[in-house]
Amino acid sequence: DDDDDDASLEGIENKSPKDAKDLFSDEDEEDDSDEDDEFAELGDDSDEDDDGPLEQDFSGEESGSESESDEETLLPIEKKARKEDARRKREAEDAAAEQVLNIEDEDVYELSGDEDDPDAPPDLQHVQARIQEVVRVLQDFKSRREPGRSRGEYVERLVADLATYYGYNTFLIQYLLDTFSVAETMELLEANETQRPVTLRTNTLKCRRRELAASLINRGVNLDPIGKWSKVGLLVYDSRVPIGATPEYMAGHYMLQSASSFLPCMALAPQDGERVLDVAAAPGGKTTYLAALMRNTGMIFANEFQKKRLSSLVANLQRMGCTNATVCNYDGRQLPKVLGHVDRVLLDAPCSGTGVIAKDSSVKVSKSEADINKCAHLQKELLVAAIDCCDANSKTGGYVVYSTCSITVEENEAVLDYILKKRDVKLVPTGLEFGRPGFTSYRGKNFHPSVEKSRRFYPHVHNMDGFFVAKIKKLSNKLGPAGAEDGAAANGFGKATGDGSDSEEGYEQVSGSDDEVGEGGDGYGVGVGVDDEVPEKKPAGKKKNARARMLEELKAELEAEKKAKEEKRGKEKETKEKPAKEKKEKKAKAKK
Amino acid sequence: ASDTRPRVPRALTDEVPRTRPRHRLSCDPVRGPRSTERPARRVRARRVMRPLEESEIQQVFEKLFKFVGKNLKNIVDRADQPHCFRLHKKRVYYVREDIMKRATSVARDQLVSLGVCVGKFTHSDKFRLTIGALELLAAHAKHKMWVKPTSEMSFLYGNHLLKSGLGRITENTPANQGVVVFSMSDVPLGFGVAAKSTQDCRKLDASSIVAFHQADVGEYLRAEDDMVQGKKE
Repeated sequence: DDDDDDASLEGIENKSPKDAKDLFSDEDEEDDSDEDDEFAELGDDSDEDDDGPLEQDFSGEESGSESESDEETLLPIEKKARKEDARRKREAEDAAAEQVLNIEDEDVYELSGDEDDPDAPPDLQHVQARIQEVVRVLQDFKSRREPGRSRGEYVERLVADLATYYGYNTFLIQYLLDTFSVAETMELLEANETQRPVTLRTNTLKCRRRELAASLINRGVNLDPIGKWSKVGLLVYDSRVPIGATPEYMAGHYMLQSASSFLPCMALAPQDGERVLDVAAAPGGKTTYLAALMRNTGMIFANEFQKKRLSSLVANLQRMGCTNATVCNYDGRQLPKVLGHVDRVLLDAPCSGTGVIAKDSSVKVSKSEADINKCAHLQKELLVAAIDCCDANSKTGGYVVYSTCSITVEENEAVLDYILKKRDVKLVPTGLEFGRPGFTSYRGKNFHPSVEKSRRFYPHVHNMDGFFVAKIKKLSNKLGPAGAEDGAAANGFGKATGDGSDSEEGYEQVSGSDDEVGEGGDGYGVGVGVDDEVPEKKPAGKKKNARARMLEELKAELEAEKKAKEEKRGKEKETKEKPAKEKKEKKAKAKK
Repeated sequence: ASDTRPRVPRALTDEVPRTRPRHRLSCDPVRGPRSTERPARRVRARRVMRPLEESEIQQVFEKLFKFVGKNLKNIVDRADQPHCFRLHKKRVYYVREDIMKRATSVARDQLVSLGVCVGKFTHSDKFRLTIGALELLAAHAKHKMWVKPTSEMSFLYGNHLLKSGLGRITENTPANQGVVVFSMSDVPLGFGVAAKSTQDCRKLDASSIVAFHQADVGEYLRAEDDMVQGKKE
């Protein structure tokens, strides 16, 4: 991954003659200063004037001479011109060769000599330069390495430097380098330093986007439609009035919402008259979008666990004119017992927030592996509860959308992989036109192939907050993985029959383990057996607990021993019998 | 010493043991003795979601009638979908019946809000309309006032509406009538009570109050915490 090239850095790498000329000019400029392109362009212009007639036809003399020579026999002038060209070519080649030599001389970046003084505050410029050097080395490690230094040492230095320069803890930098290539990590880190643009969503219950845009422009807001992919989004460049305090805002005509928050609601696409559940609803941006999509028909259950965020949720629902919402204050994991079946569920799970570092830079230093695993555990529990709330037999629905504002694999694809093993569900395309597909394998772990139907969004690619969206279709209300039997599967036990219709290709059917017996009884066995490991396959039918299994094994051993003994005895008998028989036969023969 | 009867432990006597505390006040130390002015309140589960009682519904309809007049019928008996009023934790909600039925499955401590909150009962059990009622009122209001763009922000900060800010007013508005306040682009901003009738408004000078402010949409930003019941109740 570290050898992925970043083309922009490598203008120097190309070795065609034409580029060699550019290199030549660039080299001049590099000697002067690390200035921007303007100077390079000036240099190019000066070179162009000197170019031969084959290259450029601009200079008047040569074209004039050519036009003259067209009329007469050109031989002497032609010869001169060709000599000139050959000379220039040779010069250029020599220059290129020199250039290459020069680069090779610069190439060996000494890692050992470049240590930081631990007591002094870090010199950021120096750190930045070192980052660039190490990245360059890593891109072409074989040729540019310092002999005796391993790749790991370079990577270690890079991690430490990036952490210093951008203000992260080393865990997060290491994580990003493991997940993305070096170049992409750099882009991501850079993108996290700047804010994403402000966006707002028109409340279609009260007004249209065109009218809203007109009235806001009248107030002095500079805005544009957000893009082709949304009919309700507006992108705000700047404004003379505070965008969150205009009379239109207070009247509920729009909602300040990040662009990535549109996506799970667009993916869920609730229909008129459906029952929808929003498991983590505060502050209410997505809930109000759902109500707008449903046009205030049907009903929405907006659940929020944290009491202090309830007031903003209620206020937003009232302000935006949502009349079909019921707000409740439950732990999401309790919801299956409280609410009956609903048609669609939106779970915008609480996460580590690694996708919204631009908004909240405390995430840079506060997240560790334990935090991410804790988040992942909670998300798995919530997703199981959300799926249990959903009604697979609903005529129009049966969909659950799972989304997080995080880019870590443990909280995204790993959770989906877990749920595919735990419940009778399948992943379906989200319906979003853009976004990168989810990872199907990560650092040795392989996920179910359908995980690639989920979508990832990045700040440096899409210019919106880091986000992850997946749409899940519930196939049946059975409590077990795809293809498991009814009833017996309630405890996660039972034969894992491969129902052709339900099972995905090439996916191993699993059944539950012992641990799920007690708590899985009523179907709410959440939070148990939350490992990613696949439990062993069980034989058909009977329940067997550990002791019974042991006894069986002992029995089997005993039987095997018995058999072995019998066989031995049998053989011995035979061998004994044989000489006895032979003797008898001999006697008989002798008698005869 | 003067008592010569043998002393028997109290537990062994046939006396009925004293269960009431020794010193019991005959009246409430704070609020004084109960009188006819403060009748004993009927004991009823206080926080569960329930339909409004007769007296409560009377108050609600009175307040609404001030704004919408005969259109109150349209609110109460809606043709398209039946709606109802429900009381939960001292707040009155106007909600569609099917949503209300589903909301009964939510426990009373966990239920926060349903439908639209149109008002609340104060400590002394007076009913007061809140900003959530604006949409309902604006749709059916009989008397309206339009405020000039220059004075919009002033009204949204909670100030009363002055004559200088008044753009239009519906004809024949009597004094002390409930009015809904709109911006000149017909966006409802809030509601209040007309200080003077339409004719009198024409004669007023610029700095006199034309409408008393009761609620405005600025409260969504100023008073977000009031939307949900605090710990008191």
